[in-house]
Amino acid sequence: MPGAMRGIPAAAPSAPRAPSFDQCLAASLFALLALLPLLSHGIASSYSLLVGERAVIFAIAALSLELLIGAGGLVSFGHAAFLGIGAYAAGIAASHGLGTLCLALPAALAASAVFALATGAIAVRTRGVYFIMITLAFAQMAFFIATSLAPYGGDDGLTWPTRTMVLGRPILKDQLTFFYVCLALLVATYLGVSRLIASRFGRVLRGLKDNETRMQAIGFTPYLYRLTAYVIAGTLCGLAGFLLGNQAEFVSPAYMHWQRSGELIIMVLLGGTGTLYGPMLGALAFLLLEEALSRLTEHWKVILGPALVLTALFASGGIAGAIAACRRRRAAPRVPVTLPRLVHHLLDAGLEPARSWRRAIRRRLLRPAHLFKRGAHRARAACEPATLALGRGLQALPSLAERGLKTSVERWWRR
Amino acid sequence: MKRAVLKLDALSKSFGALRVAEAIGLEILAGETHAIIGPNGAGKTSLINQISGALAPDKGRIVFEGRDVTWMSMAARAHLGFARSFQITQVLRHFSALENVALAVQARSGSSFRFWQAAAGEAALNRAAMRSLDSVELAARADTPAGSLSHGEKRRLEIAIALAQAPKLLLLDEPMAGAGIEETQRLVATLKSLKGRYTIVLVEHDMQAVFALADRISVLVAGRIIASGEPQAVRANAAVRAAYLGEAT
Repeated sequence: MPGAMRGIPAAAPSAPRAPSFDQCLAASLFALLALLPLLSHGIASSYSLLVGERAVIFAIAALSLELLIGAGGLVSFGHAAFLGIGAYAAGIAASHGLGTLCLALPAALAASAVFALATGAIAVRTRGVYFIMITLAFAQMAFFIATSLAPYGGDDGLTWPTRTMVLGRPILKDQLTFFYVCLALLVATYLGVSRLIASRFGRVLRGLKDNETRMQAIGFTPYLYRLTAYVIAGTLCGLAGFLLGNQAEFVSPAYMHWQRSGELIIMVLLGGTGTLYGPMLGALAFLLLEEALSRLTEHWKVILGPALVLTALFASGGIAGAIAACRRRRAAPRVPVTLPRLVHHLLDAGLEPARSWRRAIRRRLLRPAHLFKRGAHRARAACEPATLALGRGLQALPSLAERGLKTSVERWWRR
Repeated sequence: MKRAVLKLDALSKSFGALRVAEAIGLEILAGETHAIIGPNGAGKTSLINQISGALAPDKGRIVFEGRDVTWMSMAARAHLGFARSFQITQVLRHFSALENVALAVQARSGSSFRFWQAAAGEAALNRAAMRSLDSVELAARADTPAGSLSHGEKRRLEIAIALAQAPKLLLLDEPMAGAGIEETQRLVATLKSLKGRYTIVLVEHDMQAVFALADRISVLVAGRIIASGEPQAVRANAAVRAAYLGEAT
């Protein structure tokens, strides 16, 4: 998988550039989301808006994780901890009557940042599978601490007394407003992360993913950059947690469960890492799949699981990778399809079994040892010329047939 | 008498029973090109790694411009003016050649904790990077991803990166390794143009290149320096001929 961000231009033209394909895709995604309340007007509007809100919130979380995975090469398996911490911080503030925007939001962000700093200070010293395990361990720690928070609901979770108040008014209570606030924050996160990845800092981070030794040799200390990235990503995910808590007016330890962390990774990989629209699409696709499949059957995970495995096997670039492949194919000069060419292709495909048959004959017959494994050497020696001739003849047959067929078809066509 | 830029003082390192450096003492003078030669497994790359900070010595001291740098990290040494190339090329494969060099410029000019301005658009970085690429004749390949450069081009890119660091000490670990005849000639020409302008420690197997470039040569055999001096003196040294050039005395 290419480590460089596909969305970031490599060269540096000084004139303002036209927006790249990736930026256009992201913009149209935002536009579609902005139209969602209009499209879903009437039929089950509040429900589809609810799904839309969740998708937007998880897109923020996926973007923050993409900063770690795509730019930093740090696969965090404990990213959901920040969802929970953001939601818990704001929820606890609210339960003490401090649920105003200028208190609850900073509390959510600060709590996430502090947790990221404390755990990241240890985690980013490790790489690869150790990083995965240690982030998982820290997230599970947060999970168990939350389950033991008896004053704040413990296992059962904490019901917020109200959504976060803005200037003393319950502005976020209005569903439409809340949706657009989430969307605006998603756009802001997207812009921030894309600037960050293209910035000096982001370039160092990407460089470290590409070749750590080289980066050290030119004077960069990996630790500082990785830790900073970890704190930024954690804080952004804390923002998503803050919104998620507001949406449900509830927070439970399940927000931080390792399954949730896994889902976040799946969103990023399903969407395609290396781009920014990919993880957002991935979050959307994952939640819509979840929604659609859970309507179909109670055991929807039985379908989702294999689907994800297939994606991992056959579309390793995720949705973004598939889109990029499509664009490459379209950019390649296309050979016009004509009837003779089509016939040729079909013949080619049809003759493939004959070719494999030929290969099999060559393997089996032209190496007599296969036939006479237990036979005496003498017998084998005697038979060898005959089997060789037979094999050659059989081998030539399909190729002769193929050649004859093709030439006759071509002749017929030219006539 | 020229001033010594780098002093190695009784540097020792062993991997288990294998001794790759035994009380190595060496002085690299300002502006000289000092070649380190020796048979395979003599500890040349280990020595470069210890000087650059990729490997910590067991004993001894490394003094750079009067400052003990023995326990400094590779990154900290880079800021003091160490720059190195690697025996196995280390470039950022997914970055363009220009960005590879621009990152080296970025490392020594201003903070990299800048989060908003697009780095690829910083004209000052790109200009300096372009100059550096130009000095190794890679300017035409500036926009090519480093991973798609030819082997020899990657070698020259590594030198461009090192030059962009404005080094006080250039450590080149077998810059000619794996390069064809033509590429080798080109690399030697490039290094000749650097000679005298930089203090260079050169580890190399290609004897022609070494004798063409070096002001002084040290011969490393089994972790010990058995001879050190002018090329002619080293070439005539009986111990060197026996141990390294494979001639019976």
